[in-house]
Amino acid sequence: MDSVLTVNSLTMNFGGLRAIDSVDLEVRQEQIVALIGPNGSGKTTFSNCLTGIYEPTEGDIFISPTPGGRRRINGIKINRIAEMGIARTFQNIRLFSNMTVLENVMIGRHCRAKAGVLGAVLRGRKTRREEQEIVDRSYEILVRTGLADQADEPAKNLPYGAQRRLEIARALATEPFLLLLDEPAAGMNPRETDELEELIVRIRDEAKISILMIEHDMRMVMSLSNRIIVLDYGEKIAEGTAAQIWENPDVIKAYLGEDFHGDA
Amino acid sequence: MSSGPRFDMDYFLELAIGGLTRGSIYALIALGYTMVYGIIELINFAHGEIYMIGAFTALIVASVLTMNGMTGVSVLILASVVAVLYAAAYGFTVEKIAYKPLRQAPRLSPLISAIGMSIFLQNYVLIAQTSDFLPFPNLLPVLPFMEPYSHIMGSTELIIVLTTALATAALTFFIKFTKLGKAMRATAQDRHMAMLVGVNVNRVISNTFIVGSALAAIGGVLIASHIGRINFSIGFITGIKAFTAAVLGGIGSIPGAVLGGLVLGWTESFATGYVSSDYEDVFAFCLLVLILIFRPAGILGRSSVQKV
Repeated sequence: MDSVLTVNSLTMNFGGLRAIDSVDLEVRQEQIVALIGPNGSGKTTFSNCLTGIYEPTEGDIFISPTPGGRRRINGIKINRIAEMGIARTFQNIRLFSNMTVLENVMIGRHCRAKAGVLGAVLRGRKTRREEQEIVDRSYEILVRTGLADQADEPAKNLPYGAQRRLEIARALATEPFLLLLDEPAAGMNPRETDELEELIVRIRDEAKISILMIEHDMRMVMSLSNRIIVLDYGEKIAEGTAAQIWENPDVIKAYLGEDFHGDA
Repeated sequence: MSSGPRFDMDYFLELAIGGLTRGSIYALIALGYTMVYGIIELINFAHGEIYMIGAFTALIVASVLTMNGMTGVSVLILASVVAVLYAAAYGFTVEKIAYKPLRQAPRLSPLISAIGMSIFLQNYVLIAQTSDFLPFPNLLPVLPFMEPYSHIMGSTELIIVLTTALATAALTFFIKFTKLGKAMRATAQDRHMAMLVGVNVNRVISNTFIVGSALAAIGGVLIASHIGRINFSIGFITGIKAFTAAVLGGIGSIPGAVLGGLVLGWTESFATGYVSSDYEDVFAFCLLVLILIFRPAGILGRSSVQKV
């Protein structure tokens, strides 16, 4: 299967601190890849490099939004990368909390809309048709993520689990080929986690979106991921399937703790 | 000996309408301050100068048209349109030159840059035009049906108040319902996140300056017609007053800017009418101090949570 994201020996320095040290990573089409590691191992820095928030010190990031089309995206502006089709959610929820649920998703459609300022002022037929289309598509995404009933609520009034789903809905609205989920299950109860798992699988299977996930919930990582990559102190210490990672002594030592199997 | 203030109803109404008119213009200009602050947390000190440039442009266009024999409402409309476009171009350019390169700098840097821009634009107009006050023709039409009420409210006052109401309503609609308006609100709440969902934040900021400057130009045409004379420094004191209005109402809030403008206008009008016209500015700024002591976030402002 074709790769949609290829990262070659990515290094990120902050002054004298090396946060990521020469990490390779590949995500193939319609795969779910998990990036795990203890706190401070460089996972979030890694995703900040992918979405243009940081410009990597060394290494290359290539994306292939369409099969065959390959492009290096180091140092490209954040909103351009979003337009190219990488969307992400955050560890701590960052919704536009004073806007309604529907508006949050509509903002995500923004970069796919063509009408400019003049169109917005004159409100010609084309602009109005496009705006209607944005509303329709956004509503459809809310239906798919189970938020349609709350469409007109301010985002800040939603319960926690629903806010996390709305973050995913907003990311989907940008029509990404690759979705980056930064600890999507953080703070969720088991029932909400189950619903989230189901949603992630549906996104991959129905919308054909590849997923790179940073997650601490081991049960979810093990059951969803096609491949798992383990970071520790900015270095990749292991890569493989759930079963391989589960057996890897380095991983158990660095990340899960010496006695993990005994506890579980 | 002066006979002291009058206390009859007509006088009260006259002061109330005078305050409303004055407040409307403060509000129009305050909207520009508040929009820019809401989006990039910058006090755009050059905003008063944009308003002054709008007034000058209108004067030049109106003079040329009148010399060529044009009269009536068409002069007003043409002069206003050119003033709005010209001021919007200035607002856009000022942002690109003075603020955009400092987007990542500490917050004090763009503030200093704004003050520099303000001084530059004042002196530029001083050299290009003149330091004298220039007479400004009243471009606003006289409405015959207002004739019987002219001792309380003339056509000029009515037109100013209606224009402000209309402009505020249009702006509210624009921000609430259009795509660009949504992008503005998203950028104001979380600039980084807006970029991550594909909003071109630089374009949103440019458009904010364009809209704010256009409103300031409308204010410039109205106030110049009302007062009847302009010079290069009118932007300074009006700018400070409008900024006061924005802070009074709660900076960053659009209804706040309008409310702040009106409260300031009424305070000045009643204070000069009932106490003394010598202390007009003193009352305006005393009000500001009081509000800042008792409601630091302004009348409609939410207590500010420092954005990370």
